[in-house]
Amino acid sequence: MYKVYHRIERIAGSVITVKAEGVAYQELAQVTSGQGISLARVNRIDGDMVDLQVFAGSRGISTESQVRFFGKPMDTPFGDSLLGRVFTGAGVPRDNGPVIEENSVPIGGPSVNPSKRIVPTRMVRTGIPMIDVFNTLVVSQKLPIFSVAGEPYNQLLARIALQAEVDVIVLGGMGLKFDDYLYLKDFLEKNGALSRSVMFVHTASDPIVECMLVPDVALAVAEQFATKGKNVLVLLTDMTNFADAMKEIAITMEQIPSNRGYPGDLYSQLAARYEKAVDFEGSGSITILAVTTMPGDDVTHPVPDNTGYITEGQFYLRKGRIEPFGSLSRLKQQVNGKTRSDHRTIANTMIQLYASFRETLEKQSMGFRMSGWDQKVLKYGERFEKEMMDLSVNIPLERALDLGWTILADCFNPEETGIPSKLINEYWPKKG
Amino acid sequence: MATNGKIIGVNGNLIRVAFTDAVVQNEVAYAKLASGVKLKSEVIRIRGDYAELQVFEDTTGLKTGDDVEFTGELLSVELGPGLLTQIFDGLQNPLPRLATECGFFLQRGKYLHALPRRKKWTFTPVAKVGDKLTAGETLGTVPEGIFKHRIMVPFKIQGTVTVESILAEGDYVIEDVIATLKDGEGKIIDAKMSQFWPIKIPIKQYAERLRPDEPMVTQQRIIDTFFPVARGGTYCIPGPFGAGKTVLQQLTSRYADVDIVIFAACGERAGEVVETLREFPDLLDPRTGKSLMERTLIICNTSSMPVAAREASVYTGVTLAEYYRQMGLNVLLLADSTSRWAQALREMSGRLEEIPGEEAFPAYLESVIASFYERGGVVRLKDGTKGSVTIGGTVSPAGGNFEEPVTQATLKVVGAFHGLSRERSDQRRFPAIHPLDSWSKYEGIIDVAKVSAARHILAEGGDVNQMMKVVGEEGTSMEDFVLYLKSEYLDAVYLQQDAYNDIDSACSAERQKYLFGKVFQILKTPMTFKEKDVARSFFLKLTQITKDWNRVEFQSQEFKNLEVQIFKSVAEAEIHV
Repeated sequence: MYKVYHRIERIAGSVITVKAEGVAYQELAQVTSGQGISLARVNRIDGDMVDLQVFAGSRGISTESQVRFFGKPMDTPFGDSLLGRVFTGAGVPRDNGPVIEENSVPIGGPSVNPSKRIVPTRMVRTGIPMIDVFNTLVVSQKLPIFSVAGEPYNQLLARIALQAEVDVIVLGGMGLKFDDYLYLKDFLEKNGALSRSVMFVHTASDPIVECMLVPDVALAVAEQFATKGKNVLVLLTDMTNFADAMKEIAITMEQIPSNRGYPGDLYSQLAARYEKAVDFEGSGSITILAVTTMPGDDVTHPVPDNTGYITEGQFYLRKGRIEPFGSLSRLKQQVNGKTRSDHRTIANTMIQLYASFRETLEKQSMGFRMSGWDQKVLKYGERFEKEMMDLSVNIPLERALDLGWTILADCFNPEETGIPSKLINEYWPKKG
Repeated sequence: MATNGKIIGVNGNLIRVAFTDAVVQNEVAYAKLASGVKLKSEVIRIRGDYAELQVFEDTTGLKTGDDVEFTGELLSVELGPGLLTQIFDGLQNPLPRLATECGFFLQRGKYLHALPRRKKWTFTPVAKVGDKLTAGETLGTVPEGIFKHRIMVPFKIQGTVTVESILAEGDYVIEDVIATLKDGEGKIIDAKMSQFWPIKIPIKQYAERLRPDEPMVTQQRIIDTFFPVARGGTYCIPGPFGAGKTVLQQLTSRYADVDIVIFAACGERAGEVVETLREFPDLLDPRTGKSLMERTLIICNTSSMPVAAREASVYTGVTLAEYYRQMGLNVLLLADSTSRWAQALREMSGRLEEIPGEEAFPAYLESVIASFYERGGVVRLKDGTKGSVTIGGTVSPAGGNFEEPVTQATLKVVGAFHGLSRERSDQRRFPAIHPLDSWSKYEGIIDVAKVSAARHILAEGGDVNQMMKVVGEEGTSMEDFVLYLKSEYLDAVYLQQDAYNDIDSACSAERQKYLFGKVFQILKTPMTFKEKDVARSFFLKLTQITKDWNRVEFQSQEFKNLEVQIFKSVAEAEIHV
């Protein structure tokens, strides 16, 4: 029943052009060549010329290769049997397990009706003070971790995955180093979390088109779990590789690049993925944490820049610590007013004082005399870095807040902190 | 008459269609999927015997040879009673009603009427049989929430018409013919309560356009005092991500002294709109005592919704704003963000393979932005009343760099610039509007000379701060040091506001005048201290009490007590010459 075509007109990069009729936009096809069989997807139609992205790349495809169209867009199987499994971006098992072909669901489906969304109100506790106290993570939030190559971002992701209270973890790996893939898998397995996880992994040596599919497949599966009442945490690493894959395809297809070679729709493409984060009224939720490595530690690079405009805040991971400046959870005010009455004030005050500490350090490095105030600030900053910022600190929110008061009281007089007098009376540790 | 065409190419949301009869630039067409679902599209370029159309939906599944129906109508919105309190997408589909029909997800090809068809409105005629009227003049009114909604002579009518008949007072639905009008050639035109208007053409059925000279109070001190916005003016808020553009917009939509707020969420996060959606119905408008939602209309085309509809959403917003202006109301249109709209233009331009301008934005970007902002303004209507549309657009410059094309094109055409700074937002100074870089061409609520003196203190204080970084505190004179502390004081107690405090988040014009007077007096008080540490702790304490002062009810007993306390401590630091 399927139509088969033999005449390939053009081969460039991962894109082939074939002369065919009655082909629909985004339709799935299968390309058979000397190198084996690969799936492909239609991404431009011009009269009877059809451009296809070949998932496995075009290496080894001959002008005589066979192209068979399936007459339907791409989909992914779904079911509880996915849990504990590892797949490639094209949905092929990576773990020698059986192929799953039940309940196909389309990928890259429509967006959620904004009027069906609800204001998120549930905090995700991570045990990391830099997150819980200063930039609280909230259910249904989409948050990137901005970092640079070499930082322990995958370790941070793994730790959050483990400690966050969620039903299902969906991990999408894009351009992962093989070692990192094994690390994540082993870490989840060792800590007993693999049985509630699904992994879609594209490693650095896999074909580039599969990299582009990973977020869509991962989010389509997450969406299915969420509509069935599950709270899902989606971890994506690394979105910069995803954007680079898009860039590669766009250039191959001779699209006009907009900024540093990236396609003009980079923002829309990233947003379409991140906006899948949602808290369904009366059902489950999707929370997205995604690593975005910044080439050259430059936040104005198009990928982190566009991401920052889409996501609800960002964490900066630098020198193994979550930076207090720039890191932001936009949804924190939805939850941090209800945790404890001093939560907001402690968070703001401690950050402001830490900013003074950084300024004072600068002055000190230039050889200025340190005033009495400067000395206090220096003492404070050092304790803050050691007792709060260090990623190895693992304490619940309430203990972290108490610790905050202790550090403040050890370093300052109440009025120097700028904390409203009412809270000082209630929380300031009494000397003696 | 409607013509038909066939698809000959698909590239993303751009389709190429071969046609035989005439097509109109910017007319609406429907592309038919094999399943029968019709996707709304707009003609954006015509070349020889084929037209290029942007599709307002996902194009998955369209094929060469699929049918396209042209409608001959430009992309339009429906205007009439019942628009307020609604939530539309960029094409004026009511989202809550879509949700009841389709569930959690948006379904493509599903279009609903913007206005409820069966709802009855109590119509009171104003015009009489025999009256000679022109487009935009009032035929009658219906109550819409707290407003008197004018039913007007359809805007499309040219020249003078005579009222042939008009319905008596009573309850009617929007599609009832409420009046018949006869034009100069004797043709009879039916007037209904609702009418359609193309979104890309400004509604100009007024007597004349005036200069914006009345301030629009937003209750944000840094805006009203330092960088005021006039009713009918335009302003932009560029800023890097995380600088607080949206929080500022939300506070403005809540407190701005206007009749109606139209919030166009254009290509931004859905979550932010949801906050407005869920909170506004419960918040009371201090001016009317009714729910804030009664004066609000939301156009919501968030970032994951189809990109072509995003381009339409700002036009939909401004058209609805102009419609309410025709009723003598003051309307504020907040567009968040115009950069996303510009990016939508860029995406289409790229697909059309136009020769790109700077950063691949199309060459016509500037003129498109200019003509959008020019749709704001104060007008005198034909009956002598005044109405206004104020436009506030956020800009999200790539990399936070204001040199980029969208920011620059916007700055050329707006009357006020509220530039947000990454530095200030990192220091948690809200609103993060930069006090030295920003500007406004409008008149505010406070004496210009005093404001510029206060700005001068900020500038000088900033200079001292820079200098101190080089020469250190010990190398700075006490006089300069006090100046620096004063500028920081002004910044902390006046420019910054606590967005999460019920009282401090909104500061009335009256309170601003009072507070500014007092703070200005303190700034002008000569002070001297023995040591810099003493000076610093004095100002820290003063800042603390003044902030507490900002957080109590205006003119309450506590307010008066704190004021006494502030001036007592100021008196102690004062030198008597």
